[in-house]
Parts: sequence; C-alpha cells; structure tokens
Amino acid sequence: MFAYVAKRLIAMPFLLLGVITVAFLLTHFTAADPLTSIIGERQMNNPQVVQAARERWGLDQSLPEQYAIYLGNLVTGDFGTSFRTRQPVAHDLLLRLPATLELVISAMLLGTFFGVTLGVLAARFRDGMIDNLARLFALVGASAPVFWSGLVVLFVFSVQLGWLPGPGRIDSRAVAPPFVTGFFTVDTLLAGDWAGFRSVLLHLILPASVLGWTVTGIVSRMVRASMLDVLSQEYILAARAKGASPVRVLLHHALRNAMLPTLTIIGFSFAYLITGAVLTEAIFAWPGIGSYAVAAARGLDHPAIIGVTIVGGAAFLISNLLTDLAYAFVDPRVKLGGRAGA
Amino acid sequence: MTAPLLQIEDLTVSFGNRSGAAFQAVSGVDLTVRAGEVQGIVGESGSGKSVTMLAVMQLLSPSAAIAGSIKLDGQELTGLSDRQMRKIRGARIGYIFQDPMTALNPLLTVGQQISEAVRIHKPEASRSEAKQRAVELLRLVAIPMPEKRAEQYPHEFSGGMRQRAVIAMAMANEPDLLIADEPTTALDVTIQAQIMELLDRLRREKGVGIVLVTHDLGVVAGVAKSLSIMYAGRIVERGLVDDVFAAPHHPYTRGLLDSLPQMDQRVERLRAIAGAPPPISARPSGCAFHPRCSYAIERCLVERPPLRPVGPVEAACHRAEHVAAESRARQDA
Repeated sequence: MFAYVAKRLIAMPFLLLGVITVAFLLTHFTAADPLTSIIGERQMNNPQVVQAARERWGLDQSLPEQYAIYLGNLVTGDFGTSFRTRQPVAHDLLLRLPATLELVISAMLLGTFFGVTLGVLAARFRDGMIDNLARLFALVGASAPVFWSGLVVLFVFSVQLGWLPGPGRIDSRAVAPPFVTGFFTVDTLLAGDWAGFRSVLLHLILPASVLGWTVTGIVSRMVRASMLDVLSQEYILAARAKGASPVRVLLHHALRNAMLPTLTIIGFSFAYLITGAVLTEAIFAWPGIGSYAVAAARGLDHPAIIGVTIVGGAAFLISNLLTDLAYAFVDPRVKLGGRAGA
Repeated sequence: MTAPLLQIEDLTVSFGNRSGAAFQAVSGVDLTVRAGEVQGIVGESGSGKSVTMLAVMQLLSPSAAIAGSIKLDGQELTGLSDRQMRKIRGARIGYIFQDPMTALNPLLTVGQQISEAVRIHKPEASRSEAKQRAVELLRLVAIPMPEKRAEQYPHEFSGGMRQRAVIAMAMANEPDLLIADEPTTALDVTIQAQIMELLDRLRREKGVGIVLVTHDLGVVAGVAKSLSIMYAGRIVERGLVDDVFAAPHHPYTRGLLDSLPQMDQRVERLRAIAGAPPPISARPSGCAFHPRCSYAIERCLVERPPLRPVGPVEAACHRAEHVAAESRARQDA
C-alpha cells in the first residue's frame, strides 16, 4: 500500500511535466501577441518600448530557451510573474486556490450527501413518486446552467426573501480574517472571530448549493442505477433470508456495494470543479481559481494560464489517486500495487 | 404422530404482468416435511421449485400473489407481516442458495456475515459472542482454521468453502428447517458429495428437516427419504425415493431417470427428454407434459390428470399404470 502510494507520487511530477509542456506549447502558438496586453496597443508602434518589454519578460529568447528557463524556475517553486497582476503567479494561486477549494469541498459535501440520499430513496421506491421527483431534481440540477440557477437563487433567497447574503466570501463591511490557511471558515475560527465565521458560512450556502446541485444530479443518478443493480444480486436475497430488516439490507448490504462505482464519479467531479467552477465564481463574486483562469486567458497572461493548468492537472492526478485509495479501502478484492487480486 | 415441521397445502403462486394478465408459476402444490428428514423436490428450471421455496420464506417480489396454506410447526405463515416473517427467516428456517459465489456479500468478511445472522435474532449477544459463535459454526461445517477463515473475505474462499460458509450462515440460529435450493449445482462433482454429506450430517446431529431442491435425481437418491417431482408448476409424482426409483409412474420421472448416465451399464446414448419445459405464459392444455410425452393419448390433451395414488406412489398421469408396468418390465430385463 505504502509502496503503491509512493510510486504514484513519484510518477506525478512526470505526468505534470507533460501537462506543462502541452500548455506551454499551446499558449505560445496562439496567434495573439501577449505584448499587446503587457504594454497596451498604443505603445505597440513604439519599437523601443516593445524591445524593452520583450527583454523585460524574456520574450526575446527562443521558445526552447523560454521553456528551459520556465522549468528551471518551476523547480524552485517560481511559477513566473503574471503579466496582468505583476505579482508572482504562485502568490496569486495561493491566494485564490483556498477560496475555490472551500467552495468546491462544501459543494461536494452537499452534493454527495443529497445525491446518495436521493439515489437510495429513488432506488428503494423505484418508479414511485419519490423516484420521479428525484429524477426531476437531478435533471434540473445537471442541466440547468449555473449562470441561470445561480441568479435565480440569488434573486429569491438574497434579494426577495433576504434570508441569505449576496455575493462575496464574507460580509463586505467585515474585515477578511488574517491569512493562515486561506480557508475563511478555518481562519475566522483560528482568529476567534465568531461573527466572521457565521458570515462566511452564510455566504457559502448559496454558491455551494448551486454548485452542489449539479453534483447531486450526477451522483443521485449513479447511486440509483448501481443500487438497482446491487439490489438484484443474490447476496441481497441472502441477507433478507437471514431476517435482516429492509433498512439494514438497504444501507449495510446494498449501499456499500453501490458506492463503489459512485466513488469514481465523485472523484472526477471534484477534480473537474477545481477549474470548472468558473461560472459559479463569476456570479457569486468568488475570488477563486476559475475567475483567475478566465482573466488570465482574456489577458493573454501566459504564466498565469500555465500556472492554472498545473493546478488543474494536479487536481486530477491527486483526486484520481485518492479515488483509487478509497476503492482499496472499501473493496477488499482490490489489491493495490499491480498484482491482480484473487 | 406430531404435526409435520412444514406443511404446504394447495399452494398457488401467480405473477401479474403489466398488462394485468396473471400467470401461475405454482399450482396446487402440497408438500410435507418432517423433522430430521430430507424431502427432495426435483424438476427442470422453471418448474416452480424455487418459487415454492421462496414463497415459504415470503421472499418473492411484491407482484407475486400467494394462495393456499403454509404451516411451520402448525403456525400459518401466509398472511404474516414482513416484521413477523423476519423473526422466522434465518431463525427457524435457514436458506441455502444455489450459487455460493453470489450469495455472499463481497465487501464483508465471512465472519461478519455469519455473526450478523446471529445478532439479528439475538440482539443481546455482544460482538465478541457473535464472533465466537461464527467461528463455532465454521468449525461445525468443517472449515479448517475457522478463526483465521472468519477474518477472510468471500473472494479468498474456494467454491466449496463458500457453500460451507453459506450453510454455516443458514445454521446460525439452529433452525428447525433448512431449505437448500440447488446447493450443489454450482460446484464440482467431488465437492458436491462433500456438501451433501455435510447436509446429511447436520440432519442426523441437529435433527433439522431439509427440503432439498434440485434438478439432479442423482443428488436426491443418496440422502432424501421421499421426493416430489415437479413439472410446469405442479407436482406430477411423489413417494418414497426407493419406490419412485424402482418404478417411475409418470413419463416425466421416467424421462428424468433415463437421462441419468448409469455407471453399471453401457448405453449407446442417453435418452434425453425431447423438447423444453413450456414457458409460464403458454402452458399446454390438459396435461402440461403432453407435447413432450411419448405415452400421450387424446385424453391427455383435454383433461388434466389429478395427483392420485397408484401402487406405492402418487402420480398425476392418466396412463400411470401403463408407464409403471413398462418401467418394471425394463428394470427386470
């Protein structure tokens, strides 16, 4: 088990190198010249300014040289400097990644909880009222665009009813907690700021629900399908023949088995949302990775684009590893380390 | 004589489909099992054997309608609520499934699954007591190193060992009745004999009554005292094993016996029964077996023969006397 994890972790930098190379090439082969966003279009006619900017940002060097320098810096933890914010990309990412993680983790917790619950109920009461309602809820969640559902919930719960705060991570009149982890929930608690903690939680509810709704949709359909499959297995009949109660059969025997294929979906959704929460972040003014990625792409901010790509790639690799570990933990037939299980 | 352990009278099980039509999977079945006795039920797939047994456990899908009477030790089981049935399943009736590969939950250790059966019916038993009992049960079914085996998962067991574990699970609460639904079908022949020996030993030592459901007459011959032959949802012949084997009175029984390979005589080829059992939705008129029967006469097409005493057995055939006479003649030859 330990050797397996070590092997996977060692392989990770090499996989990331592939991701970096592709991202590097793609950004450099785009037709647009990043200088236009660095010095502004009016200065583009001034050869001296252009030349100075090229040298300043290393754009006068050949592509292989740029690549070598970038990788050399990356090894020391230097992701380069953003053309746009003029800040080190590593600093920008460190500031924004926790915001996204806080949102995505909350959304995943909500989505998994409601997804599993709805999936189990839908399978138990197959083709009944609950099943149909769950199907409708899942369908809307999975297909309604976030820029629509986000605006709707903001309008209803924040503007009309006034139950929950509007966009942002914390009350606009409040001071952000001192940076420790970047997770406002954790940092407010560390600072002993209860009012701040409450405000952060309330601000999380709407964006996490909107994002979690899509997860609920996918997870509940998956759980329903695999529950129906598992419930037709003979060991379910065997459990009932032992005298087990319906609840015990459903949760102790069926759900465990049905969770196996669901784990893959959950792991994938998590990785996807790290960079895929853009729309939610935009609507809820959430200063996360997604909105940073969009700004970087629009500003031809090459270092930032590659930096975000690395984060996205790492998110996929790490969540894949965690999914595999979770599999091995739940299913005794899975033996990690290459040798096939009996 | 005391009341029989299990008494099924005039059991009919029908399934409705979406268009509202109902099909009888089991029709008018009577069956009696006494304590310490093995009752065999033999028939091809789809003859209604398993449905009959699942009806006893009330584990059929909700679309199944059960009519008739099922008494366990004199207590009527039909009409009991699921909550009441749960006290009987696993406690007074143990059920052994056909395929031990699929009858065990792959994510739980064998020990956990056996102690679960204990704790469901004895909630006051502590975890360690239940675990202790699981090890005892594994020892009872002759699994070597039971302490170690209890910690293992089903995929670490061989097929025969899994079936022993399933039997241990069924025996967890010392039931009065064991229903073994094709317990050896999925196993190698050498393992089959061991499992049958184990069931017979449990019958002798624990005095359980056993219903042995199988499509293999050879399996029944060794252990069962009496047997019932089922075809298309009905019992077509029943009696003591020795009597039925000596001279089958029903052409179907005769066909089943003829299709068994005999060790002591060379035959050119086995006489298989022509055709296949009819689907539940299209049972033939009269005697359901008539399309496959070489003895069939016109009467068989229109009039369903009732189960009636013929010689030492009971058979549902208009021409039972004729079939029996021919059977005897062949045996003597």
